[in-house]
Amino acid sequence: MQAVPAWKAALLSLAILAVFLGAWELALKAGAAGGGAAIDPEYAALLGQAAQQGGRTPMPAPSQIAVRLWELLRDPFYVRGPNDQGIGIQVAWSLGRVLLGFLIAAVVAIPLGFVIGMSPLLNAALNPFIQVLRPVSPLAWMPLALFTIQDSSISAIFVIFICSIWPMLMNTAFGVANVRREWLNVARTLEAGTWRTAFRVILPAAAPTILTGMRISIGIAWLVIVAAEMLVGGTGIGYWVWNQWNNLSLADIVIAILMIGLVGLALDRLLGLVQRWVAWQE
Amino acid sequence: MARFPLPSCGCGRPHAGFACTEAPGDGTGAEGRLVEETVLRAVFPDAATRRSLIAAFGLGTVMAAIADVLPLGIAREALAQAPGPLEKSALKIGFIPITCATPIIMADPMGFYRKHGLNVEVIRTAGWAVIRDRAIAREYDAAHMLSPMPVAMSLGVGVAAPQPWAVAAIENINGQAITLANKHREKRDPKDWKGFRFAVPFDFSMHNYLLRAYLAEHGIDPDRDVQIRSVPPPEMVANLRADNIDGFLGPDPFNQRAVFDGLGFIHVLTKDFWQGHPCCAFAVPAGMPREMPNTFAALMRAIVEATAHADKAENRREVAAAISGPNYLNQPETVVTQVLTGTFADGLGQVRRVPDRIGFDPYPWHSMAIWILTQMRRWGHLQRDVDYTAVSGQVFLALDAGRVMQGMGLPVPASPLRKETIFGREFDPAAAGAYLNSFAIRR
Repeated sequence: MQAVPAWKAALLSLAILAVFLGAWELALKAGAAGGGAAIDPEYAALLGQAAQQGGRTPMPAPSQIAVRLWELLRDPFYVRGPNDQGIGIQVAWSLGRVLLGFLIAAVVAIPLGFVIGMSPLLNAALNPFIQVLRPVSPLAWMPLALFTIQDSSISAIFVIFICSIWPMLMNTAFGVANVRREWLNVARTLEAGTWRTAFRVILPAAAPTILTGMRISIGIAWLVIVAAEMLVGGTGIGYWVWNQWNNLSLADIVIAILMIGLVGLALDRLLGLVQRWVAWQE
Repeated sequence: MARFPLPSCGCGRPHAGFACTEAPGDGTGAEGRLVEETVLRAVFPDAATRRSLIAAFGLGTVMAAIADVLPLGIAREALAQAPGPLEKSALKIGFIPITCATPIIMADPMGFYRKHGLNVEVIRTAGWAVIRDRAIAREYDAAHMLSPMPVAMSLGVGVAAPQPWAVAAIENINGQAITLANKHREKRDPKDWKGFRFAVPFDFSMHNYLLRAYLAEHGIDPDRDVQIRSVPPPEMVANLRADNIDGFLGPDPFNQRAVFDGLGFIHVLTKDFWQGHPCCAFAVPAGMPREMPNTFAALMRAIVEATAHADKAENRREVAAAISGPNYLNQPETVVTQVLTGTFADGLGQVRRVPDRIGFDPYPWHSMAIWILTQMRRWGHLQRDVDYTAVSGQVFLALDAGRVMQGMGLPVPASPLRKETIFGREFDPAAAGAYLNSFAIRR
């Protein structure tokens, strides 16, 4: 494929966005022009704007969403009681939970993956468990966690942990198991000990695969947190989404989707940088 | 947040600070009665025995008999002079953002908790199952629950092991409605509802039992002819919009919200099924009155005061203003005001004026609990026979609520059992078994 100048791609991205938002805005403008039936003014005063014309409250237009976004971003860190806090604080709560759950998962998964990767027997023995537990949805873990742990904030972190552990575990095991035979043999001829071989040969060789696993995991962790917070509530961007859903405020939900996407992108990029740092070429 | 004038203390004397720290020194006030009752409970720990003794001999005689062996007067005076300190003053109370929770919520912004020395954090919670799990985990010291929930939890229904929680006070009476999608404007007779998909907030809810009873009254089998799903209230309106359900029997403000957004109309208010039916409850761990008597008493005073304040029609507008903000219900104020004042758009083009659309009455009638038990039996939620009177007495703390109400000068019923008229039929709690057997449609 030929290299494309970055500005061209950026321009096209912007054009696509503009067309999309423009179409959205126009579609709503056209839909809103319904014939208003004349109704009792006292009755009309008790209804929402759209219902007064005999319609239903529509999807918010991009311009309305932009106004709301500006309102939210102007003061992202306010705290007005336990149930009303700024969007910045909510994102910070979610990030804190994700990082904690993810770090615990990494601390467990990487050493365990190492052991599994180095022992074909253990690998074969544990594989069925991993394969069964791996595809389980976070929402399925949640009731079990709430029941056994009996603490909703720890349960949320546990669910992050249990969902983000598998890619790291499997990638670490895979990377460690697939270190080139020759390299291990060279290490053996040089009479390197087990620990030395593990840290000086296997770990650097498997590092890119491990990082790939971590990158997948952090993506999953960020996916999971929204679902988990919607269930347990209290704080976090997931709870915020639930809360705005409660108020049927779709503008806020669109904004939350945007925020979740941007934060997820940032997390992925961050691990991408680390990955580039450990990458090696033959 | 604006402050609102609060009713003055029940003792009738003007004083600053917490209510009734200046109890009469001779022990004849509310504290004196508290001593009597505590002693009574200690001497006869079994509630049934205690009640039957009082019924047989009268309270005065029983107390006089105890006073022969115990220096009651001294105990009363000692307590009156030093009102007990609160065992715990920082409390967490979970709530679901619906108008049923009005007293629990408004007591925060309007200062009822503070007035009684409590520092309460009211926490909005995502759904009834989460409320239940957090209550069981004791993350909450007390909680807003659907009134059948503590009954089910105490009986071990829908939970892994019995969880003794109790209804310390009823929050609201009436205040629910059946909302149908706009496309069903012509289908107002329930006989035409075969194949409908309905939503209720939770399995163990008055909503579920009332909807089932209503359908069955019209010959529709709620399990075979229609589908009833448990859906969190906020999602009811969204599901109605998405044409995922045909209607719901749900809590306000979501009935009104469906009208506000032009999605549905209010078919019937539940007060027309059963005038004065309970809906939500202020629930506490069953052991709280014993383990933290002073905190419990202070909390109950705050809740009962808030409930009494909310019940007055002239206060409804300021209550709506206090609870509709983003920290509490997070709803347009006009929606909440329509629910609380009972002057509302019905979604069919009429403004209706129903001042008793929702009411607030804290007294946990045992007859309400018994009706709930009959319905749990009727629909197979409860698979075994239970002693209706005993369970209702354990779970609905009418004695405690009555004492607080009395201390505040509110009228207290002589007996926690009364006959109710439900769907035009008399429900006598003493003949609950016959009532249950009279239904043609049951599991």
